Amino acid sequence: MFGAGGGTSSYQEIEETDLIVLWGSNARETHPIFFHHVLKGVHAGARLVVVDPRRTSSAQWADNWLGIDVGTDVGLANTIAREIIHAGLHNREFIDRATTGFEEFAANVEQYTLEEGEKITGIPAEIIRDVAHAYARADRAQICWTLGITEHHNAVDNVLALINLALLCGHVGRWGSGLNPLRGQNNVQGGGDMGAIPNRLPGFQDLEKDHEARTKFERAWGVEIQPRYGWHLTQMFEAMERGDLTALYVIGENPAQSEADTTRAWELLEGLGHLVVQDIFLTATAELAHVVLPASASWCEAEGTVTNSERRVQRVRKALEPPGQAHDDIEIIAELGTRLGYPMGWSTSEDAWTELRSLSPMHAGMTYPRLEELGGIQWPCVDEQDPGSPFLHGRLWADPLEGPPAPFHAVDQAPPVDELTEDSRATATRRRCAGRRRSTSRRRTASASTSSRASGFRSPRAAGP
Amino acid sequence: MSAVPVTLRRVVELEIDGQTVRAMEGQTILQAVRALDVEIPTLCWGETLTPVNACRVCMVEVEGSRVLVPSCARKVEPGMVVRTNGDRVRHSRKMVLEFLASSVDLSTTPNAARWIEEYGAEPDRYGPAAPPAAAGERDRAHAGHHHPGDGQTAATVAQPVKIDNESYVRDYSKCILCYKCVEGCGEDWQNTFAIAVAGRGFDARIATEFDAPLPDSACVYCGNCIAVCPTGALMFKSEYDLRHAGQWDEERQTQTDTICPYCGVGCELTLHVQDNEIVKVTSPLDHSVTHGNLCVKGRFGFQFVQNREKR
Amino acid sequence: MDLRLHDTEPTSVERAAVDGVLGPPATAWEGAERSPLDGRVASTGHAARAQRHLLLPTLHAVQDRVGWISPAALDYVCKRLLIPPAEAYGVASFYSLFALEPRPATVAHVCTDIACMTRGATDFCKRLQDAGVDWLESPCLGMCERAPAALVIEAGEEPREAVLAPASVDSVVAAMDGDAPEPEAPEIRQATGLRLLRRVGLADPTSLDSYRAHGGYSALRAAFELGPAGVIREVTDSKLLGRGGAAFPTGRKWDAVARHPVRPHYLVCNADESEPGTFKDRIVIESDPFALVEAMTIAGYATGCEHGYVYLRGEYPLAWKRLQQAVTQARARGLLGDDILGQGVRFDIELRKGAGAYICGEETALFNSIEGFRGEPRNKPPFPVDEGLHGKPTVVNNVESLLNVLDIVLEGGAAFAQIGTEESTGTRLFCLCGCVQRPGLYEAPFGITLGELLDLAGGVLQGRELRSILLGGAAGVFVGPDKLDLELSFEATRAAGATLGSGVVMVFDDTVELAPILLRIAAFFRDESCGQCVPCRVGTVRQQEALLRLANGKPRGGVKTELALLGEITTAMRDASICGLGQTAANAIDSALHGLNAFPTEEAM
Ligand SMILES: Cc1cc2nc3c(=O)[nH]c(=O)nc-3n(C[C@H](O)[C@H](O)[C@H](O)COP(=O)(O)O)c2cc1C
Ligand code: SF4
Ligand code: SF4
Ligand code: SF4
Ligand code: FES
Ligand code: FES
Repeated sequence: MFGAGGGTSSYQEIEETDLIVLWGSNARETHPIFFHHVLKGVHAGARLVVVDPRRTSSAQWADNWLGIDVGTDVGLANTIAREIIHAGLHNREFIDRATTGFEEFAANVEQYTLEEGEKITGIPAEIIRDVAHAYARADRAQICWTLGITEHHNAVDNVLALINLALLCGHVGRWGSGLNPLRGQNNVQGGGDMGAIPNRLPGFQDLEKDHEARTKFERAWGVEIQPRYGWHLTQMFEAMERGDLTALYVIGENPAQSEADTTRAWELLEGLGHLVVQDIFLTATAELAHVVLPASASWCEAEGTVTNSERRVQRVRKALEPPGQAHDDIEIIAELGTRLGYPMGWSTSEDAWTELRSLSPMHAGMTYPRLEELGGIQWPCVDEQDPGSPFLHGRLWADPLEGPPAPFHAVDQAPPVDELTEDSRATATRRRCAGRRRSTSRRRTASASTSSRASGFRSPRAAGP
Repeated sequence: MSAVPVTLRRVVELEIDGQTVRAMEGQTILQAVRALDVEIPTLCWGETLTPVNACRVCMVEVEGSRVLVPSCARKVEPGMVVRTNGDRVRHSRKMVLEFLASSVDLSTTPNAARWIEEYGAEPDRYGPAAPPAAAGERDRAHAGHHHPGDGQTAATVAQPVKIDNESYVRDYSKCILCYKCVEGCGEDWQNTFAIAVAGRGFDARIATEFDAPLPDSACVYCGNCIAVCPTGALMFKSEYDLRHAGQWDEERQTQTDTICPYCGVGCELTLHVQDNEIVKVTSPLDHSVTHGNLCVKGRFGFQFVQNREKR
Repeated sequence: MDLRLHDTEPTSVERAAVDGVLGPPATAWEGAERSPLDGRVASTGHAARAQRHLLLPTLHAVQDRVGWISPAALDYVCKRLLIPPAEAYGVASFYSLFALEPRPATVAHVCTDIACMTRGATDFCKRLQDAGVDWLESPCLGMCERAPAALVIEAGEEPREAVLAPASVDSVVAAMDGDAPEPEAPEIRQATGLRLLRRVGLADPTSLDSYRAHGGYSALRAAFELGPAGVIREVTDSKLLGRGGAAFPTGRKWDAVARHPVRPHYLVCNADESEPGTFKDRIVIESDPFALVEAMTIAGYATGCEHGYVYLRGEYPLAWKRLQQAVTQARARGLLGDDILGQGVRFDIELRKGAGAYICGEETALFNSIEGFRGEPRNKPPFPVDEGLHGKPTVVNNVESLLNVLDIVLEGGAAFAQIGTEESTGTRLFCLCGCVQRPGLYEAPFGITLGELLDLAGGVLQGRELRSILLGGAAGVFVGPDKLDLELSFEATRAAGATLGSGVVMVFDDTVELAPILLRIAAFFRDESCGQCVPCRVGTVRQQEALLRLANGKPRGGVKTELALLGEITTAMRDASICGLGQTAANAIDSALHGLNAFPTEEAM
């Protein structure tokens, strides 16, 4: 979000806000403890709006549930934006001072009248209007989202459309107002923080564009770093298809099962020249591997850190001895480095962390003892006096503005890939009305629910989700 | 710019056991007293819960008040004069402990035995315990009706343990009706409201609707009720089984804090490990993410590491 | 709110009963036929959850229609009101009038309480048993002046309730067969000195015109002339003390709420009247309901409340009917509503019915009951004037307290204060029952002596000997015949270690055994304790057990030990209970043990 990728707010702010929008998120079930914070806010009087094609258990708490047609999120957001602008409820002063691209954005949403919005989303115009006004008028407001927004082919547009709303009303960068993606799996945030994404070095430093940062890493590691973005998962599979990718090292992922098209994934993985899988289970992917490296369970058999959805870096600790030949991931990687002729120079997680702190400014102040003492620290935390950052982008409210302005992005509603027919929609609704049902995502199933971890765990509930 | 709002609170001066004490406006007498390192027993109070002041073991004397006041709920006021250990206070604590110990099994309530001794409570003086109720009998009691008996035995809440799921057991013979589980399951945290207090008077009890077994109830097995239960009436099945087999040994246990591996919320877990096995999972009450609460995955999902070799 | 319901279908009758209160469901989520909009939008947030206060009326409707509340019916209630089933069950199981297991549609609730015991209730119950009647024990039904009493309730399309007092086996059997007697008009056997009761038996309680013809609604006009602050001034000057038991100055209460910046303000009239031996509020409402409506309107006007509630105990079918009629008529004539008497004053009254729980007379328990929660008293502070009903500033007053306001407004507070004693101004309604010649409701200025009052009622029956008098009901105090010159005022009774409580004066003569009376009082408190706090929940049981041992002549460790134990229990309950119930649950027993020497110790014998 205009820079580093992470939720802008603290969980506590959700308790102290006036309006909460859960957009494409059934936090009640997927993030139950986050939802505790939502409910604190609700009991304190906050209005809850839930946007979701299904009337989920989260939606059942809502003052307004908006059961939009699948994939019409941009259409709804743009309609809300146009209504806010036409009602004169946008924050002119904030827009002028802290953003760019408003005129173009406003022109772009002009076509999204309430009537048009109703046509696109299926939500009655007056409800959209009501929610638009409520969001704009709220003193403080939060938008939170999960898979419903990000597990779409147009995920990026969806997120941008939500950011536009926050910029329009100045609902970001202040205590109680913000934009929060809720991470579906443990440490998705931490993976990004640590540079386990194709285009970033640790601390969200751009691999291609940030020469200074790259040089810093090259100097510290004594190796040259290719100034080129890597492949993300989809691209990797495409590369396998082309034969450009022949060796793969998989750590703690199970693409043979979690990919949408499992048959294709299976074939491609089987066709690799060399597949190494490091996992705590013998997963379906591991069964295809040439080499399996049994890992310890990182959350209870190893030391380290993870980062949660409020950017809080937290310590994980070893409570159990791992079974059999399983080893800590960090030991395996260090050992692998050594055998490949590059001794890492560290052997414990704290060593690795200390190195990270010297290279990633946003983590610089987070020593292990401080993480322990403060119950985790929210990045950025630039030095050892810094208590961390409960919320981001406070700079947008500085006068004059600090740093670059936040850009609006004109995005449009694209037709969804798998449009639901009227029929299937009606059936789905009928079933929903009949009572609480297991949630059947129409998109590729959340990987969390196919992971070996989840299938190893039986919910004791007799029925229902 | 990153302004986090802070609420300014005034300082209140009061007298506790003859000492002049300064406390923050909005604090309870209990907080003020604990700051002096004076012990006041509590049972129904929980640091993460709205005070219900039901157990009445924490009562203190406040000058000008006709009756004793619950220190866990009453806020400090300027000029208040509090006595935490006078005869009236000690008598009422003794009686509350006697009432509880003569009607409830306090064998797994921390500190109960010590307090009983300290306050000279004699739970036996109410006579031998009446025979335990049959399964479901207390759940069917109708408000406003009871069998008085002949007074020769002391009525109790004893009844068979409820074991109807693999995660945790409910032994209401140990329940002091402190309301904590109801609050944890309800509006204070979980908002599932699977359990509530039903019935009235001595027949009041924690219940699902019509005493439905937990798997048929709204329960989502978050275990947030277990986390706040002060008596062991609600207990992990793993703990219950080990206790039953005589193998539960807290001396042999370690407690390690780590982060839940399931979703991205980042709940802090405290793993209680005995013989390299996780025997129960809690969360620190003072953690800003969880306030001691977890969901079913964090609370009971540990089974997946332990199931590994069997898979 | 995400509920997990059982998806059991209510019967059409159950559904109709619920819909009768709540109207038909609006959306598929609440049980209506599905409309296309249901798959698009739903609003089940704050507004929907705010319906919870309809829980009690809805449960009543099901109970009245079906005779019990089945799991499926409860499930449907929960679905409609968005209440978790466990919570709704917790509420339903709190009240003794609700059945959660199937039972016959017609049931007789027979009073086994103390006033009825003096009139043969124990024997009467035995005879009912022998006659094979379906009957349930009930605490005092508030019909003590015509003891023994029974209340027959028949569930059905047209639910029936019949009060039988005095009841006989024949009348109970006949009533259960649908042959109920006409309710008897209350008899006021006092010819002079009536103020609060001046219209009883004269004005037609079903007619607003008759009420007006007897001076009704002149006080409201006077109040409008005084203005809200003026009314409060007069009430303060009158030194009126609450008649519900706690004797708190009404003017202070009103003033605090009137000044409170938080809005809205609520007015609650406490007509739960369940203190054994008390029947005054019933008689007032049955015979002069408009007076209460007018008095509440004045109270609402003075304290800035636009919304008033009357919480009437569930065992008063006639009072319920009369009050409903009165409110409807007043509303139709513009005496309630948005613009009362064209003065721009807005005030209306909602009626709520209890369901068999003495504790709901405690003001904060009453709020919880109205709000749809268990009738458990709240911690005080905060007091109702700051955080009462729905957490808002609330005036709560007893029926009799409110009734006094009419005269105060008309004659002025100062004149009112001339009546009675220095501290206890005005007159008091006394509920005389038990072993007196003419049990009934008597009105007398404070300061009348106990002996004088007994004389009004003709004293004990011929040839009997006065043994003791219970003042203030089960939560009150026994006094001996030596106390006949006790002046009946708040200050004098307090000084004598007694109480006036709710105005009960229950008389026992030499034919009444004390031990069973004490056991019944102990049983009453055990039954009626809400169960929230340990001293009361367990203390009332231990008190009962000790009394049982004494009464059976099998004390543990001797009578003296038992008396000492009871003393310790008494102290703990008094000191450490949350509310007045637990705090006073040992009062009467304690006074009998010590003042009347109910169980003489070994040395004494
Ligand atoms: C257990 C208990 C039962 C009570 N029952 C009643 C009642 O039935 N009617 C009543 O007016 N007050 C009752 N009260 C007193 C009320 O709490 C409250 O003090 C009263 O309604 C205030 O009105 P007043 O100031 O007009 O007396 C009861 C109190 C207790 C503790
Ligand atoms: S486990 Fe969770 S949902 Fe179940 S009763 Fe306990 S707190 Fe409620
Ligand atoms: S089960 Fe435990 S937490 Fe719940 S009321 Fe009983 S003792 Fe308290
Ligand atoms: S004193 Fe009795 S009735 Fe009052 S709150 Fe306590 S348990 Fe309930
Ligand atoms: S701890 Fe205060 S009343 Fe229970
Ligand atoms: S009606 Fe029976 S005691 Fe009052």
